[in-house]
This record gives sequence, C-alpha cells and structure tokens, in this order.
Amino acid sequence: MSDTHSHSAAFVRHDQIPPSPPPAGETGPVKWIRENLASSVSNAIMTVIGLVAIFYLAIWALPWFTNSVWNAADIRECREIMGDARGACFAVIEERWLQLLFGFYPPESYWRLIISFFGLFLALAPILFSNLPRVLMVWTGLFPFVSVWLIWGGSFWGPAMVLAGFVVGYFIFRFASTINFVAGLAAGIVGAIIWWSFLLGPIAGVLSSIIPIELAKVESREIGGFTINFILGISSISLSLPLGILLALGRQSNLFFIKGVCVVFIEFIRGVPLITLLFVANVILAFFLPPGSNFDLMLRVIIMITLFASAYIAEVIRGGLAALPTGQYEAADALGLDYWQAIRFIILPQALKISIPGIVNIFIGLFKDTTLVSVISMFDLVGMIRGPILSSTDWSGIYWELWFFASALFFVFCYGISKYSMYLEDKLRTDHR
Amino acid sequence: MTAIPDRGNESFRLSQLIYDTRYRALTFQFIALVALITFIAWLMSNLFSNLADQGQDISFAFLASPAGYDINQQLIPYDSQDTHLRAAMLGILNTLLVAFLACATATVIGVIAGVLRLSKNWLISRLMAVYVEAFRNVPVLIWILIIFGVNNIIFPQPRAFRGADPDASMVLWDSIAFTNRGVYIPKPIWESGSAIVVAVFLLSIIGIFVFRRYARNLLYSTGKLLPTGRISLAIFFVPTLLAYFVLGMPIGLEKPELAGFNFQGGIQLRGSLIALWFALAIYTGAFIAENVRAGIQAVSKGQTEAAGALGLRPNRIMNLVVLPQALRIIIPPLISQYLNITKNSSLAIAVGYMDVTGTLGGITLNQTGRAMECILLLMLFYLTISLSISAIMNVYNNSVKLKER
Repeated sequence: MSDTHSHSAAFVRHDQIPPSPPPAGETGPVKWIRENLASSVSNAIMTVIGLVAIFYLAIWALPWFTNSVWNAADIRECREIMGDARGACFAVIEERWLQLLFGFYPPESYWRLIISFFGLFLALAPILFSNLPRVLMVWTGLFPFVSVWLIWGGSFWGPAMVLAGFVVGYFIFRFASTINFVAGLAAGIVGAIIWWSFLLGPIAGVLSSIIPIELAKVESREIGGFTINFILGISSISLSLPLGILLALGRQSNLFFIKGVCVVFIEFIRGVPLITLLFVANVILAFFLPPGSNFDLMLRVIIMITLFASAYIAEVIRGGLAALPTGQYEAADALGLDYWQAIRFIILPQALKISIPGIVNIFIGLFKDTTLVSVISMFDLVGMIRGPILSSTDWSGIYWELWFFASALFFVFCYGISKYSMYLEDKLRTDHR
Repeated sequence: MTAIPDRGNESFRLSQLIYDTRYRALTFQFIALVALITFIAWLMSNLFSNLADQGQDISFAFLASPAGYDINQQLIPYDSQDTHLRAAMLGILNTLLVAFLACATATVIGVIAGVLRLSKNWLISRLMAVYVEAFRNVPVLIWILIIFGVNNIIFPQPRAFRGADPDASMVLWDSIAFTNRGVYIPKPIWESGSAIVVAVFLLSIIGIFVFRRYARNLLYSTGKLLPTGRISLAIFFVPTLLAYFVLGMPIGLEKPELAGFNFQGGIQLRGSLIALWFALAIYTGAFIAENVRAGIQAVSKGQTEAAGALGLRPNRIMNLVVLPQALRIIIPPLISQYLNITKNSSLAIAVGYMDVTGTLGGITLNQTGRAMECILLLMLFYLTISLSISAIMNVYNNSVKLKER
C-alpha cells in the first residue's frame, strides 16, 4: 500500500514548512489598535471623539501647569511673574500648605500632629495587613489615648487614667465572667463607669502632681485644615463600628422592642442629611446635655458623626448577617452555644468578613463628608480655603489652585483606600472559583 | 406524640425570669425599655432645665409670623411680608426642583458612562474609568464649590455682551446667555390654544402605551410583529406638531434680551442652582455609572449566548434578555442614589441656594432663634421624603423578586 503511494505521487514532502509570520495587520500594535480602537466604524468614530476631547483638555489645562508660579509672596507678584501667560499660582499652596494641613495649630507643636499621623498608620497596619506580627496590636490599643494626649496636650495622666478605666473594667469582667458572660460584661462596664466618674479625676490629679508629664494645651478651635478631616473621619468610624454591630444585631434579633428601637434609630439617621445632624451638634445638642456641662464643638460633632456612621455601618453588617447561610445559625444552636457565644464565635467573624468592603466604602463616604463641617464654621480643609485663605488680601482672586490641591489630597486618600478595599476583597475571597 | 411535661401546675419562681427562656426575652426587653425611658427622661429633663435657664420655650407660633427676608428663586409668589411657613414651602419647592433636575441629569450621565465603561473601545472605557474615579473620590462639596466658581469667575459679566463688537455672545441662535449672574434661557409663552396642544401631547403619550399594548397582544395571539419603535416615534411627534401648526403656533419663546447692564426676560437660572444641579448630577452620575456597570456585568454571559442560540438579534437580546435582568439589579441602588441626591441637595447652603435648609434651617432659624423647632421640621421633611421613597422601593423590590417556590 505504502509502496504504491510513493511510486504514484510525483512529490512527497518530508519535512514541515516553518510557520510564516502572521500578516502585518494581525500582530503587534497594529492588531491591538484595530481590535481596541477601531473594531468598527462607530468604534473608530468614538476613538476620534475621545482623542479630540483629550486634545482640547490638554491644550486647555497644560499651560496652566507649565506656566505655574511656585514662588511668590502674594497674588500680585504671581501675576507679575507670569506676565501675559495664563498659569496657575501655586505659590499660595507653597506659602499656606502648613495652614491647609494643620490649621491654626501652634507651629512649634506641629511635631505632635506629625507623630500622631504616622502613629496612626503604625496602629492601622496590623489591622490592615494580617501578615504583620500581632504584637503591634498593643500599639493599636494604646494609640487612641496617646494621640488624644498628643493632639490636645495637657497632662499625660488624664488619657492614661481613661485607659486605666478600660483595664479596670476588663479585669472585673475577667473575674465576673467566670460566673456568667453577660453578668460579667455588665459588671465590667459598671466598674469602668465608676472608675471614670469618681476615681479618675482625683487619681489623675495626684499622679500629675507627683510626676508631672505635660504638653502645652491646644484648644479644639486651633486645630484645623486636613487634620480635622482626619480626626473626624478616623474617630467616628472607629467609634461607630461597635455601635453599628450592636444596632445590626438588634435589628436582626427577635426581641420586638429592641428590634423596634434599632429600626427607628437606623431609619431616622439614614433618612436625614448629615448637615441637619451637624446643625444638631452645633446648636441643639448642648440643650440635651446636663446644665453646666461644656462639651466643645469638635466633641459634639464627633458624637453626631459617630451616630450617623453607625446607622450606615449597621446596615452593611446587617447585609453580612443576612448573607450567612441559615445553617450557620442552626449549627451554632445544635452545638448548644447560647446567643452571645454563637454571635462571638460563629456569626460575627464570618459576617464581619463579608461586610469589610462595605465598611471601607462607608469610611470613604464618611471621610469625604467630613468636609461638611465647614458649613457649621469649623475650619477643616474646605473651611480653611473658603475662610482665611480666599478672603485674605494676599491671595484674594485665587480659586482653582486651592481647590485643585484639596481635590488632589482627597483623591489620593480615597482612591488609596478604595484600592485597598479591592485588595482585601480579593484576599478574603475564600470560595473556590 | 411526645409527652409534653405539664408545667402549668408548677408555681412561678422569680429565677424563671432569667433562666427560663420563655420569660428571659421579656425580662431583657423590659430592662431595655426601662433603660431607654430613663435615658430619654434624662435628656428631656436636661432640655427643659436648659430651656428654663435661657428663658425659652418650645412653640411653633413663629411659623405664622412674617418672614421679613427675600428669597431669590421663587417658584410660587412670595414677598418678604409672607410667613415663615410660606418661606419654608418655597424652600421645599426649591429643594424638590434641584433634586429632580439633578436626578434626571445624573441618570443620563450615569447610564451613558456606565455603558461606555463596558465598551470594547479601550480609549473610551479608560476615559470613563478616569471620570468615575475622579468624581467618586473627591467630596461633593468641593465639586459644588468648583462649579460655582466656573459660574462666578469664568462666565462673563452681562455687560460683556454689550456693544457692536462684544467680548461675549449668546449661543444657540441668540437664545441662551451664560453670564456670571446666571444662565438665561428662553421662557415659553403660553397663548390661547396652547392648552389644546398640551392636551394633544398628553393624549399621544397615552396613545403610545395603548398602541404598544395592542402590538404585544397582536404578537402573542397571531405572531405578527409590528415595527413598534418607528410607530411610537410617529405617535409622539406627529399629532402634537400638527396641532401646534394648525392652531397657529400658540406656544412662543421669550428670548432673554440685554437691557442696560443686565438681561431681561427669559428664565434666569442662578449660578447657585446651576452649581448645585451639575455638581450633584456629575458626582452622583459617577456612582450610578458603577451601578449600571455592575448590573450589566451581573447578567451571566450564558444568557446572552442562549438568546443568540435562539436566534434573537443583538438589539432584541439587549431589550428582552439582558436589560430586564440587569434592571432588577440596577434599580434599587439607583433609587438610593436618588435619595442621596435629595439629601446632598442640603449642601445648597454652601453656595447660597435657597432650598429648605437655606430658608427654614438657615435664615428663619437665625432670625427667630428657634433652633429646636426649625431643625425638627427640617428633619421631618427629609425623613418624609426618604421614607416615602423607600416605601416605593420596597414595593418595586417585591414586584421584581425572583419568584421561587
């Protein structure tokens, strides 16, 4: 059979032809352009429109940056340097950037804010990245007290004794929870409250007279600029997390009264704009506090923003709770765990994991919303620009440069956080796909 | 049947309140109730003693007294002698106006950006990604102030339009003027007979629905497919235009005219309205774009392929298979974005737009000093809107919920 074939065929090829290179239109950048920019007529038209838009944007915006002036004492000098050219006067940021970041904080104490800022990242690191050593969590626990002391100054012993209240409460809880978890929790809370309301003042006073560790006191109204946005954002979100968890559990529970209270609270807070809550903090919250008590505006605003954020966080966590399969609840029951054990060991670890991206989103929204405090005349970044800087004689007439700076600052932080949230979503994804 | 031990005979012991699951829930709720009542009573006693200290009381009588301030955007007649209540009503109308305008614009922007972000065109999808990220990550207050600045600083003064060789000129056949006092657009003039045109227009919209219903019934009963798109378009335009020209063009346009140093006639859209409207629309549009993208991506590719295998054409795949499923996912977050727009419109106070936060929560509050009452009413207003929108959303969610056994 094979013999007849070799004889009858005139030519038999013995080796394979080497593959020829693909046609020029089917390879490299040409192919990429054809597929991604001009796969059809309408697509090509859209590409052209996009290019024209970019071109106009560039010739409109580029001179503004290339002609920018970075060194000038005021806007008149800026205009002199620029002459006829149209450009940005970034000298205002060069001159005022410390004010934009720190407000009227005493310059000799800027180091305190800077240490707090970097301390914050050190404190967040073990929460954000699980591969870091757990020892860092100690600093995370200490950070709130250290930073309050650094930012507002005063005696070291005040915040230290507040921290000691938590320690006291914890030991009472450890001791009492051998009998019953809930009773232990209640006893711990009561013990801590007793410590804070009766023992804290005298002990702190005695200690600071024996070992005085003092920093110059700084009033809340001296703090300003981006620092306020940071303080409000971070403190509200961390304070609202426990409150949000409780509200979410309350809303999911089958105790009708507690459920009702949680639903009313959550729906009320979510139904009104943050501005109205800030008005409450500004003008009417003081009416509800004991006569003679003097909470400063910053603290009142933190209280209201915390309540605001906790309602939104509660909804996110409720989503996480609802996403858990019923089997998890039933399995916990079948193991004989009581409600709080089931919540602590089975439900919350999973529900919180599901809700983390949502919580991060709430944080981004909240961080942006802290700019609203400029409406109740606090000098945060936006308030600083609108108030002292735009109305100063040196820089009146400047507008875009400052807003560009503010947007860039917020963009860097918010975009960074949202990228982190995506990384987290990826990392926490334990299902198989 | 299992024997249930009869506990009725046992006498009730106090410890059952904690250890018996039948009573424990009630016990804890009772404790919570007492704690809550104590807390509220504490707040209230603080409130009343604080009010007494300052010689104030709570009363809503101020709503009936003359407001004494002017409002620069009046959707209903108002002068400074009208009551605070009427001023608040004006504020509410202004809030609703800007919220409505921003919602409509944000939807258009968001849907276009969301669809384009999924486009196969690399450049366009990248541009849309830049738009979404740039606007989502910067506070809306900053966008409002930036667009307000565009109005106030970049747009020319009205006097720039004067003279034989003006520095600025009106656009669209001399009908729209962009000035730093606001944007002037033509105003429709309703002459006699215009009511008929409007009635014809409304009737033809009803006619479109009737026709579509008929076309669907025809399709289901006979299998005959009518070109619904073209016929609907015809019903939309033809009768109205016919009526308009037959009645001798009863609806005219009053163009803004330069008179002295300012524009007269037409409708003046103030810079504050424009700033709030567009900032809210562009900002929220970025969020809506993400919702739209997520909704379309959530429809699995198998659906499109299966529809293609059934022989449907691409536009019918989109209309009949992808969109109905995507809308189920898109609409709930879309409505909550509308809610966000309404709530964010309270930022009007930053640019001096007289919405309800500016009138009731701003000038009225400052003039009368009735902070408690004003803020309470303000919150009630926003709460009413939010709750009614959530109620509508719940109805919708229930109607599109996947029907399972």
